[in-house]
Amino acid sequence: MTRTLSFEAAINEALHQEMHADPSVLLIGQGVKSPWYVGNTCLGLLERFGERRVVDTPVSENAMTGAAVGAALTGMRTIIEHPRVDFLIYGLDPLVNQAANWHYMNGGRASVPLVLWAIINRGGEQAAQHSQALHAWFCHVPGLKVVMPSTPFDAKGLLIAAIRDNNPVMYFEDRWLHRSVGPVPAEPYAVPIGKAIVRRTGTNLTIVANSFLAAESMKAAEELERRGIDAEIIDLRTLKPLDLDTVLTSVRKTGRLLVVDGGWRSFGVSAEVSASVAEHALSELKGPVRRLALPDVPAPATRSLEQAYYKDRSHIVAAVCDMLGRSHIGKEPGEA
Amino acid sequence: MMVTIRMCEESFVPGILDGTITCPVHLYTGQEAVAAGVCAALDTRDYVFGSHRSHGHFLAKGGTVKELMAEVYCRETGCSRGRGGSMHLIDPERGMLGAAPIVAGTISLALGAAMAAQVRGEDRVAVTFFGDGATGEGVLYEALNFAALRRLPLIFACENNLYSTHMPIREIRVDCPIVLIASPFGIKAHRVDGNDVLAVHEAASSAVAACRSGNGPVFIEFLTYRMRGHVGPNDNIQGTHTDIRPPEELEHWRARDPIAGFERHLLAAGAVDADGLQRIKIEVADQVRAAHVHASESSRPAQEDLYKYVFHD
Repeated sequence: MTRTLSFEAAINEALHQEMHADPSVLLIGQGVKSPWYVGNTCLGLLERFGERRVVDTPVSENAMTGAAVGAALTGMRTIIEHPRVDFLIYGLDPLVNQAANWHYMNGGRASVPLVLWAIINRGGEQAAQHSQALHAWFCHVPGLKVVMPSTPFDAKGLLIAAIRDNNPVMYFEDRWLHRSVGPVPAEPYAVPIGKAIVRRTGTNLTIVANSFLAAESMKAAEELERRGIDAEIIDLRTLKPLDLDTVLTSVRKTGRLLVVDGGWRSFGVSAEVSASVAEHALSELKGPVRRLALPDVPAPATRSLEQAYYKDRSHIVAAVCDMLGRSHIGKEPGEA
Repeated sequence: MMVTIRMCEESFVPGILDGTITCPVHLYTGQEAVAAGVCAALDTRDYVFGSHRSHGHFLAKGGTVKELMAEVYCRETGCSRGRGGSMHLIDPERGMLGAAPIVAGTISLALGAAMAAQVRGEDRVAVTFFGDGATGEGVLYEALNFAALRRLPLIFACENNLYSTHMPIREIRVDCPIVLIASPFGIKAHRVDGNDVLAVHEAASSAVAACRSGNGPVFIEFLTYRMRGHVGPNDNIQGTHTDIRPPEELEHWRARDPIAGFERHLLAAGAVDADGLQRIKIEVADQVRAAHVHASESSRPAQEDLYKYVFHD
């Protein structure tokens, strides 16, 4: 049975179902017993599973991330939640030095079934230390997988896949998607990690995006359609390992590529996708690859600068029109 | 066990000096009583995490001489299949859950292992071995707080060998005994002669009993000394093979050798005679020699396996 659920309700359902099905699933994190940090994503978990399996924590990101890794090493399927990506930086040692390397450097003798759930919680004049989207950092590290859902369906399915995976998986959730709604099957299901999805087929160009900006790309495509532009939208779903085949198949068809990412422009996801396409399909491109990402600037507080900083559907429309040599200002085709 | 650890460690010295052994090796010589005494108080099901200097922890928790040697030689037959080297020793079936050379890096992992034992309602105990250098890391204090908050079955085993790499303890800490850092968290803490294996064992046994009965965590500072350098046989600074430590200090600790001390105790108690001690040493020496042969004859991992083990299937 499929119902319409919000993004946060989909996460909540995934947690309830996996914790119920598997007693080894353990949830640790700041705010897991309060909507202050995690919205409604953890509703009812503490009451149902008790404070040994639903562990709200002191503000000790380093030790708590390490504890999650250690619990995972003993076979617990552990989820460690960080209510802001910025806070997770204190937990980098256990994540990057330990969890990511453990299976390799111990010759496969032990694995780390860990989900690191980090919330990108930006906007609202929160400034530079409450707004950062650092997903690209983690894509650089061998041994980590990185997923970023853009729909309620994926919010549930990718979280379940991450919990069931035997490796450390980073699950980046954009809080701008919390109130978005969409169809979500009632039963547990996993969205495969490592596979992108073509959200919309098109012929004029390929837009590769993820998370919030994949959702925005879908809305941009509607506006582009009104202007006679037929965009193909690829939602990466998983950033690492990157599903390059799906990207290349599309680019070979359309000959044009716009890469959209909610992280910084330099050395980020948009750079990696662009470089990979250039390596494998340069001769099939009809024009230069275009990137749309955050400028290399810390997140500002004031609303006027926030508006200049963040990207949304209007920037996507503008970039596409520019790539195709169309005017993007004002009128749609056919209008006087 | 102490003799096994000592003979393994000392047997690495020629290989390190002649270049047969090329990965960084942090010898445990001088600290054997800590690993041996603590691990003798544990069961196989209990968890241990180590550091960069963990040959002793690995062996004392039940890891084999053969697997240790082969790993130090970075061979496929090593406990980490040659991917870890001397600093990454693991034997999950025997509760040796791993070691890592990031100072204080496994304290929080042991915290999580203790937490997992509590969640599952098991009476396992977790031990984290770390050095005096780790007292400079914030994660230790985070872990002390959370372990105390949840009364976790965790033993903080601090091996104070008076040096963190090249830095004597007086240069890295204000004059405050390490044992005192646990009490502000309401954690029972003890300071023990880490070169007296019986004292170590007694302290560890009572800590294990406390943890098993829900009265953890426990902090123990073991006063000991590394007889070799931070890495390699001596504190070799830029190829000089000279030690940074005063000769009188080395002499002072050599006189307090944990193995010689325990041998004197056994002889005095009539538990063993000189021949008996000699037989043990011959037996261990044979085992160590065979393990070196096995390690040096084992192959290094094949290059086509470079990508193997990045992810678990």
